Amino acid sequence: MVQAALTAPPAARRSPLRGNALPLAIFLILALTPLFAVFGAQAYVLSLVTRVMIFAIAALALDLLVGYGALVSFGHAAFVGLGAYAIGILSSHGITEILVALPVALIVAVLFAYLTGIVCLRTRGVHFIMITLAFSQMIYFTASSLAPYGGDDGLTIQTRATLLGLNILGNDRALYYISFACLAGAYLLCRALVASRFGRVYRGARENPLRVATIGFPVYRYQLVAYLIAGALGSLSGFLLGNATDFVSPAYMSWQRSGELLIMVILGGLGTLDGAIIGAAAFILSEEWLSGLTEHWKVIFGPLLVLVAIFARGGLLGLVARLRGAPHD
Amino acid sequence: MSTTLLIVQILNGLQLGVLLFLIAAGLTLVFGVMDFINLAHGVQYMLGAYLAVMFYSLTGNFFFALVLALLAALAFGLLLEFAVFRHLYDRDHVDQVIATFGIIMLLNQGVKLVWGAAPLSLPIPELFSGSVALMPGLLYPVWRLVIIASGLAVALLLYLLVSKTRAGMLVRAGATHAPMVAALGVDIRRLFMVVFGFGTMLAGFAGIMIAPILSVEPGMGDTILILAFVVIVIGGIGSIRGAFIAALLIGLVDTLGRSFAVDIMRLFLSPAPARTVGPALASMLIYLVMALVLYFRPAGLFPAKGR
Repeated sequence: MVQAALTAPPAARRSPLRGNALPLAIFLILALTPLFAVFGAQAYVLSLVTRVMIFAIAALALDLLVGYGALVSFGHAAFVGLGAYAIGILSSHGITEILVALPVALIVAVLFAYLTGIVCLRTRGVHFIMITLAFSQMIYFTASSLAPYGGDDGLTIQTRATLLGLNILGNDRALYYISFACLAGAYLLCRALVASRFGRVYRGARENPLRVATIGFPVYRYQLVAYLIAGALGSLSGFLLGNATDFVSPAYMSWQRSGELLIMVILGGLGTLDGAIIGAAAFILSEEWLSGLTEHWKVIFGPLLVLVAIFARGGLLGLVARLRGAPHD
Repeated sequence: MSTTLLIVQILNGLQLGVLLFLIAAGLTLVFGVMDFINLAHGVQYMLGAYLAVMFYSLTGNFFFALVLALLAALAFGLLLEFAVFRHLYDRDHVDQVIATFGIIMLLNQGVKLVWGAAPLSLPIPELFSGSVALMPGLLYPVWRLVIIASGLAVALLLYLLVSKTRAGMLVRAGATHAPMVAALGVDIRRLFMVVFGFGTMLAGFAGIMIAPILSVEPGMGDTILILAFVVIVIGGIGSIRGAFIAALLIGLVDTLGRSFAVDIMRLFLSPAPARTVGPALASMLIYLVMALVLYFRPAGLFPAKGR
């Protein structure tokens, strides 16, 4: 029952635009944004879209779990926080080399994903939601009690990560294109993964884990690998986020943040990958726009989410597909 | 650690436990009977506290405020059920998560809009103010004892309702297999509404009772919501008995952990690291308990569903 309830509606799984038009359009727009932003408020636009791309990486990772594996993780912000804290803590000790800090961030996240995954993946449905939440709360409280690294107040990152001593992330435009490259890489990785033999087994386990297990595939191991990859991508997103904001705090891994990541994925359309990027953009841009209108923007945004949940099944992509009259399968 | 301190902390733990039970009872029923994830349950608790403050300032009497706030909380809960939740019962959990997350955003900001962002407070009713000497040298606030007593009374009432009445039987049956109950001719939607309204009222009641000793502020429901989820997952979703035992367990573990973690860590570590590790470990303790329980019993201690 839970399995059936957790799978995305079929209409959402197919991109409304055939083939690669949509992702190409998305990445073209992202690639060209800095050029058009030259004349306007460049720094503002750059930092905003950088934030969109960074969260899109985390949303992609979460889509891999929720959309393709029916593994509804309510604790994905923990990985983002781990990545951010990795650069924060290393930087405070003067280690800013990307070739050191990034592998550390990824390894820590994969290790955490492994330790929690072997427990979480024993459970299903609602219990999985709750236990991922519990583990992210553990990390949250651990970070809050790291007194040498700011505790509750967080930690300012004095020096951004450097590559072979070059301060390449110090330049906003360079940071933009590095985030762009990471997002493109993450997107291609996820797409290749989903389409591969691994992905077919993994998606099969979403539909019916028992049947896939009966055929002879170790479902648990496939899901664990997906969980590790999603954790690493989440950490990459956090690593970039720490560098982009020059700041890291426990709030990065609060359960509200995990909820926001889930909203991004669902808003765009589960199990589409494109939807994760669109959802991240829609969430962050509308948050930015509404909070510019009124300080009480959440009073508007909250009901909007309710409407999306009730009426826009399959998220924005599902909505577009229905408006275009695409047949439901 | 002295005996008096230990007793005081055990009582504090009990008080947190019954508070958690009041919230978790509704949550576990809504979860168990309707398979519905209601993240907005925590804001109902917050709303209860705010309503109590508002009605207190209107009437100047705690008991009028209590009754009016309970009724208002119930009415608001039913309104939410009617307007939002009933459209989501047979949907994916993810849809339920974002809809109720949206309601959290709305209400957390809404109370700021209506009552301001500054914390409010509610005086302890005259009759129950002050402290009582439980033992020589052990003074304990009367209001906390009242909370414990009223929580236990509600637990007893719930037990009688669920195990001795016809409605309770339907609720138990619904938690075990809702489609079958519907097939036997029970109006399952109405049952859902009753359960939901009752759960909302219990959360509101918890908010009202705690308002005199906590500051009433936006977001106060968020922390307690997560704790309540831990409780119902440990107890087994849909089980009132499980919720009760798990609530007391979590209340005690959390309170005692926070009070004595540093002292206990000192047994193993030197004072400086003990002061850092202790509080961290204390905040993580209940999540560790939850992970352990789920590792050995993935469906919780008292699973209600036969799945």
